[in-house]
Formats: sequence, C-alpha cells, structure tokens
Amino acid sequence: MFALAHQVLSGLAMGGVYASVALAIVMIYQATRLVNFAQGEMAMFSTYLAWAMIDAGLPYWAAFFLTLVLSFILGAAIERLVIRRFDGAPALTVVIVFIGLLVIINSLAGWLFSYSIKSFESPFPETARFGAGYISPHEMGAIGVTLAMLALIYVFFRFTPLGLAMRAAAQNPISARLVGVSVGRMLAIGWGLAAAVGAVAGMMAAPIVYLDPNMMSGILLYGFAAALLGGIDNPWGAALGGFIVGVLENIAGAYLVGPEIKLSVALAIIIGVLVAKPSGLFGRVIVTRV
Amino acid sequence: MPETRPAATLERPGFSRARLAAIGLALVCLLALPFAASGYQTFQLSQVVIYAIALLGLNLLTGVNGQISLGHGAFFAIGGYVAAILIVKFGLAYGAAIPIAGLVCFAAGFLFGLPALRLGGIHLALATFALAMATPQLLKFKAFDAYTGGVQGLLLAKPKTPLGLPLTRDQWLYFLCLACAIPLFWAAANLVNSRIGRALVAIRDHQIAAETMGVDAALYKTTTFGVSAAYTGVAGALMSLIVGFVSPDSFGLFLSLSLLVGIVVGGLASIPGVVVGALFIEFIPNFADRLSDVLGESAKAAPWAIYGILLISIMYAMPSGAAGAARKLAQAVVWRKGGR
Repeated sequence: MFALAHQVLSGLAMGGVYASVALAIVMIYQATRLVNFAQGEMAMFSTYLAWAMIDAGLPYWAAFFLTLVLSFILGAAIERLVIRRFDGAPALTVVIVFIGLLVIINSLAGWLFSYSIKSFESPFPETARFGAGYISPHEMGAIGVTLAMLALIYVFFRFTPLGLAMRAAAQNPISARLVGVSVGRMLAIGWGLAAAVGAVAGMMAAPIVYLDPNMMSGILLYGFAAALLGGIDNPWGAALGGFIVGVLENIAGAYLVGPEIKLSVALAIIIGVLVAKPSGLFGRVIVTRV
Repeated sequence: MPETRPAATLERPGFSRARLAAIGLALVCLLALPFAASGYQTFQLSQVVIYAIALLGLNLLTGVNGQISLGHGAFFAIGGYVAAILIVKFGLAYGAAIPIAGLVCFAAGFLFGLPALRLGGIHLALATFALAMATPQLLKFKAFDAYTGGVQGLLLAKPKTPLGLPLTRDQWLYFLCLACAIPLFWAAANLVNSRIGRALVAIRDHQIAAETMGVDAALYKTTTFGVSAAYTGVAGALMSLIVGFVSPDSFGLFLSLSLLVGIVVGGLASIPGVVVGALFIEFIPNFADRLSDVLGESAKAAPWAIYGILLISIMYAMPSGAAGAARKLAQAVVWRKGGR
C-alpha cells in the first residue's frame, strides 16, 4: 500500500510535467492544426538557458522567470521565422520541417552545452516537512508549480481580452480577422506561450531526469500520449491526460511491464487512443464534410 | 509561397533509349567499383546499397503513397533481428534468412498499416514517431532475452565467399547486397510506373477522388505499408550480415530520422533519388566525424545540424529534392538547345 501510494504520487509529479508538455502541444494544435514535434527540444533548450543563468550566479527564481521570458521570445521567433513560411503546406512538408527543427535544436544544445549529463538544482528544500517517504519535496513542488501555471493559463484565456482574441483567432481565423484581431500576431504569441509552458515542464523535469540534450525525448512521447488521451483539441483534457499518463506510466513500470520498457506504455496509449477513440476522453468528435 | 507538393511520379511507360543507356552505365560502374576501392570503402559502398534499399521502401510509402512514417527504423530493426536470430539461434543459411526477414517485415508492416488506415497525415506521423522511440526499449525486453540477447545484442559470423570465388569477403558482401538491390529496384520502378503506382499517387493526392474512381484505398494503403516494410526489412537483414552484429541501441529514433532525411534529400517519390539520399546519409556523418577531429568534440553536433538545416531549406526551396533539381537542370539544358 505504501509502495503503491508512493508510485501514484511520484507519477503525479511526472504527470505534471507531461501535462505541461501536452498543454503546449495542444495550444499550438488548436491554433494551427499542427503537432509540434520540436516542442520537447524547445523545452530542453530553455532548461539549458536556465541552467546557464543559475550557473552564472543568478538566484533560482530570477533565472526561472527570465527563462520563461526568453523562451517566449524564442518560441515566437521560431513561428515568425520558420513556421509561418509553411502556412497551408501539406502535412508531410510540415512534419519534415518540425523534424528539422527538432534535430537543429538538439544539436545546437549539444554544441553549446556539450553532451555530458548535468545535474539541475531544485528550488525546493532537501528534506520534507510532511509526507516524508511518500513524495519528495521536489515532486510536491513540481505538482504545485504545474497547478499554479494551469490556473494562470486558465485565467489568461478566460478573463483577459488578449486571451479572448487568441481563442477567436484559433477557432475562426477569418471572422477574427474581420473584427480586427491580428491573427498572425496571435499565432506568434501562442507559440511563445507554448514555449514558455514547455520551459516550465523542462525545469520541473530536469532535477528528476537530469539535464542532457536528449532529456525530453521520452517526456515528449508521454506528452503526445497525454494530449491524445485527453483530447488533442481540449487543453484541460490534455492537462488531465498528463496526470493520468504519469500515474499509469509509474504503475505499469512498477507492476506490469518493468521500468525498462516504460516507453512502450506511451506507444500503446498513443496507438490505442488513435484507433479506438481518436477524439480522446474529452475532445470533440470532429465531423468533416467531404 | 513555395511549391510544396512532391513532384508527380508519372512518367511515360517504358524506358527511353537514353534512360536504358544510363542504367546500363550505372550497373557497369556498380559492378566495377569494389575492385577499385579498398576493403573499408567497399564496406561503406555496401552500406550505401543497403540504405538505398531501405530508403526505397520508405519512399514508396511516404513519397509515392503519402503515408508519413517517422518510424521505419523499427522495420529495419525487425529485419535485422529476424535475420540475426534465424542465423544464430536456428542455424539457418543467410540466403534463406534474408527473404524470411522480408516476409516477416511485410506482415509487420501490413499489421501496422491497419490502424494507420484510420490516421491521416499528422496523426500517422505521431504514431510512427512513437514506434521509433519505443523500438530500442522493446528490443531490450527481458522476456525475449533468450532470442534477442538483450542489451548486449547478437553477434553473427560474417558470411564467407562461397565456391572459391576470387573475391574478398567485403567484395562478396557488396555483391550480395547488389544482388538483392537490383531486383528490388526493378520491381519498384515497374510498380510505380504501373496502374498500381498511379493508384498510389492518386490516393496520396486526393484519397476521396481516388476512391470514387474505384481505387480500393484501404487495400492499397495497407499493402503499400507491408511492401515498404519488407524493403526496409531486407535492408536491415543485409545490414546485420555485413556488420556482423545487432544491438538495440543502433535502431533508435535517429535511424528513423536519418531515413526520412535520405528520402527528402534525394527527392520524395523519386526512385533514382534514393541513391543520392543513401550516399548522403552514409557519408555526411563520416565527413562530420573527420571535422570533429580537427575542430574538437563539439563538432559532433555538426551532422545533425546540417541535416536539420537541409530538411527545412529543401522543404522551403526545393521540395522535390536532388531528383527534382536534376530534372529541372535537364529541362533547362533541353530548352537552351531549342529542342523539346
């Protein structure tokens, strides 16, 4: 029982990371119908930026927020400079471009920061004041940061004019343009926000999985699984999907298949959801006119 | 807005005289090459031939039929492992192991093609991406250790030159690869230039229109998946023979992505293009390795940086790859001469 509770709680911590990645993927998917295969590498690069700032002597939280700002700028820049040029291109073209981005960012990180594995400090205390044994302070903190971020994003999209404009641009670009929303700018902001959300995921994951240029590859796969499970057009479903996948992954790893082939759980979820219920648990069923 | 659709593969049926001459010349060169090259260079050439087979398989699926696969490394792995297991654990002759590996991969590809039918474009990319990532882990799965050798992988003896032929082992293996490649290329060329090939292109360009014309899209798509996997599986089997070793970590995501790079550089849906793609993915990493001797460790990142930049710029400027560039060049020359 103790062991099971431990597995579930630490699953929730990684689940928060997956939820953030899934949220970032869904934000871009909603606006552009594209799945960003480079999302994980963007998050990894952001985490390296944070590491470099902390290494240079900045306090953790200053580095944290500075990283979010930088990630926002980089994400928006990628949209403006690269992705926009492929607007309306066939799926194959766009997938190849995303794969190109993935390998460029990966090798850029390897080149700038070397391929050796680095440890990444956690902002949370070493020893827990309560819940000791069940969950580490960092895991608890990661869950808290994720939930706070989800709440902020919800408030942003629900209650601010900019959030409303972004939802409009995503749902109906033509009408949004007619009422004066700059759809192009909204897309760039959306990419920036997604990059910042991914950066949070990276910084929360790094103390657990350690920092190296390939740290996000597995996490990205779980992020995909989470987004599909929750419904790729529903951000809150995707976030919930992240927590579900995190717990499932840990329990399957501990009791069913063993930790060596945990990634296959993600593969099974992805193919299972796509085949059995492509809209996911909370997504809308899409009917297209032929 | 760049032109983004891969160039049409439809060409006039039959081979023109110039084309036959070019193919003949290429064959003579291919046969003569190992006698001019060193042992290691011959080994590299064999790898180029193998990559060309694998790329041909992927190009049939992705370039011609429009089904995106980011996970063809998985079929390469299955082919390699099936051949290695048959030879090491069951004592089968390698000549029999290669076609069996191809058949197993056909079945695996056909089965994967069934759920893929329900997935369009980007979702299929997702599913195959997941397959590519999970492959090394699945190969390490403990329950199969007795067959797969687990993390260590399997060692197999490289085949010797038979019948006392006056060839070194590397040369013999090269000719073995070539002997597999030539009929496979011939079959693919005929397939693409036939009724079936036109149906595949029609499905890629507009599935609904193709179906109203009486094309059984489900059958064609799953079968193409199977054939494509079989090609890549044969390539994997040959690779395990010439390297003499298979291990889980040589079949990771980056193998699958290399294959994608190969078909994009060579030209989507182009059959001669896969040779360019194969040369590219064989020699660019070597070249970058030599760079890193000069420039230090950090240049290790160079091949993938080059790959990435090329992927994006080719998609932007020249979506039909090297084959498309060659075609344009040839047209320009003909135009200049005033002929048709």
